[in-house]
Amino acid sequence: MGGGFADSLRAAWVLVTGWDVRLAEIVALSLGVSASACALAAGLGMAGGAWLAVARFRGQRLIVAALNTLLGLPSVVVGLVVYLLLSRAGPLGTWGILFTPRAMVVAQTILVLPVVAALTRQLIADAWRGNGEQLRSMGASALASAALLLLHERLALVTVLLTAFGRAISEVGAVMIVGGNIEGVTRVMTTAIALETSKGDLPLALGLGLVLLACVGAINAAIALAQRQQGAHVQALGK
Amino acid sequence: MANLKRRVWMVALLLVCSAAAWAQERFIVMASTTSTEQSGLFAHLLPAFKAASGIDIRVVALGTGQALDAARRGDADVVFVHDQPAEEKFVAEGFGLKRLPVMYNDFVLIGPKADPAGVKGKDIVAALAKLAGQGTPFISRGDKSGTHAAELRYWKMASIDVTTAPYKGYQSCGCGMGPALNIASSSNAYALADRGTWLNFKNRGELAVLVEGDARLFNQYGVMVVNPAKHPHVKVALAQTFADWVVSPAGQAAIADYKIGGEQLFFGNAK
Amino acid sequence: MGHEGTPVVPMGTGRRPWGAHMSVALVSLQGAAVRFGAVTALADVHFTLQAGERVALVGANGSGKTTLLRVLHGQLAHEGTRRAQTDAAGREPAQAMVFQRPFLLRLSVWNNLMVALWLAAVPRAERAERATLALARVGLADQRDRPARVLSGGQQQRLALARAWAVHPRLLFLDEPTASLDPGAKREVEQLIAGFAQEGMAVVMSTHNLGQAKRLATRVVYLEGGRVIVDLPTAAFFNQPLPEPAASFVKGELGWPT
Repeated sequence: MGGGFADSLRAAWVLVTGWDVRLAEIVALSLGVSASACALAAGLGMAGGAWLAVARFRGQRLIVAALNTLLGLPSVVVGLVVYLLLSRAGPLGTWGILFTPRAMVVAQTILVLPVVAALTRQLIADAWRGNGEQLRSMGASALASAALLLLHERLALVTVLLTAFGRAISEVGAVMIVGGNIEGVTRVMTTAIALETSKGDLPLALGLGLVLLACVGAINAAIALAQRQQGAHVQALGK
Repeated sequence: MANLKRRVWMVALLLVCSAAAWAQERFIVMASTTSTEQSGLFAHLLPAFKAASGIDIRVVALGTGQALDAARRGDADVVFVHDQPAEEKFVAEGFGLKRLPVMYNDFVLIGPKADPAGVKGKDIVAALAKLAGQGTPFISRGDKSGTHAAELRYWKMASIDVTTAPYKGYQSCGCGMGPALNIASSSNAYALADRGTWLNFKNRGELAVLVEGDARLFNQYGVMVVNPAKHPHVKVALAQTFADWVVSPAGQAAIADYKIGGEQLFFGNAK
Repeated sequence: MGHEGTPVVPMGTGRRPWGAHMSVALVSLQGAAVRFGAVTALADVHFTLQAGERVALVGANGSGKTTLLRVLHGQLAHEGTRRAQTDAAGREPAQAMVFQRPFLLRLSVWNNLMVALWLAAVPRAERAERATLALARVGLADQRDRPARVLSGGQQQRLALARAWAVHPRLLFLDEPTASLDPGAKREVEQLIAGFAQEGMAVVMSTHNLGQAKRLATRVVYLEGGRVIVDLPTAAFFNQPLPEPAASFVKGELGWPT
């Protein structure tokens, strides 16, 4: 097994230094699809999550429970549902986007939306516990409070987005079904890894996996650096 | 802070645009099987077709059953699988235009080099009977694929029931050819595979080809254009161009040309 | 002049006829009560606040001071009646509340003020001027662009006061505003509160610190178990013999409620 792992490291190294054009395409598509999905989910998810945290209405606890349940949505299930929706035989068939990157973005957006919403809700609810009374005293409506607390917690929200991005870029079930793993068109890192595994080329598959980890790691590092620059003086004083 | 936010939004927007944009070329979607794709045939055949016609083919590789279902739903323009009864049913149901035979390859029985069950030879039915008789571990794909359908036919010929009362060593994984071979490799079991996937398979462990050359092991491929009467959006002209090409002398030559380690994998037999 | 306002969430019985005096009551409570499950936070409270008054609420922890403040501020549902002076459009006069810990947003000092002015619907053109004046009023003009959360405790509380002052409140509620501050900051904050009161704000402040009550208040209210036990002008409160347990409290013998 140790030999196998060394083979994978070698395979990964060859992949990256060789800068295979197809590998570049696959990496770019992975990043593009998942980033788009996170961007779309961010808008709706953060607004919804924040509002859910500060508003008071009947059935709220039920919605929160449902949202937290959706956190565990299996990616294959999302893929299957989106496939049935986007299939030519399905209700949205006229869009004609099945087996294209757009379908993958749709599927991943649906997958990470609950993640963004639930984590945002938790974050804002905690902030609301501290600041809620002051905000209400100043005359803030639920909507204004939600918006202000989102602004207040912007640094933590970046972490939420990163979590969502990690979930999106590492999933294979949804993009496999709605994208079809078509070479040069809808093949992303995870589906490529699945393909190479099923072809028995385990070192290459693992090598691709290491490249994927490296990409995610690089993005995390970039964000952490940006956060440090933005909030350095505040963080340093421990407020 | 505002500056960073603006930059992040711009990058996100760029990524959305780039992810959403793809060249508006002439292309069709072909539903085919994982074993065909994993044999590497398409990497060889499709560029030849593109050079001849300028048409891109986007291959969605599924199991045969899934491929036909996708075509029934109208999610593909042309189907290229290897399960004659299922294909003829597809045409009879009105989902496909004429079925054209294209090529054949063969199945092989894979097992541990040492062959504990003693099945080596040219007779697939006798071999399967021996496996069942000794309770030897056997990995079935179990996924409605052409390979799976063929496997079931051979068991039936040997008068062995593996669907309602499989013998103890019979395992069904519901997976593609590669994963099934992975399982066989790690547990030293027997399996039925198509030669193309086997030749490309890299995780062989102790496995080797034990039974081959039986005429019954030949695996016939057919191509069908999806019927526009059922799905008006199908790109019939482009799909028909492919169907016509693959049975033409040029296409048949390209098929014969494809070799792994000097060995020809597929044999064109279009009429 | 003021006219009777509409009761806020009147629930259950306990409505008594309004008293004989019809002067400039900014807000008044009749039979106000608040229950959190089995716990009675406030019971049968009658309270009137006139313009220009400076009221200190004293009592042990859990005596109902904070609850009373929130009810007066109109932020808490309660039984009984709350009447507030309203203008022709039915709006209550501007109010603000300052807490023991100032809840500042992760924004600059300036932007915290801007948010408050925005929430108070102050016209956009006036906001910058009001914010500048508010900062000058509390002595934080040079901290304008710093993140609010890096300020010292005293500075943060002064910012909270500036935030309150900027909306020109007629009523200012404070919940133990100096309890977390060091003596120097405490003094600064007290001076600001006194200054605000001189400008015409009515002030209701809860405090543990009897000395502070003596310094700042015109009237002292002693609460225990959610009830108003004593309600007297300051001089009277500190010079007159008081009923038990108020007397013990003043003598500093009252511990935490059991």
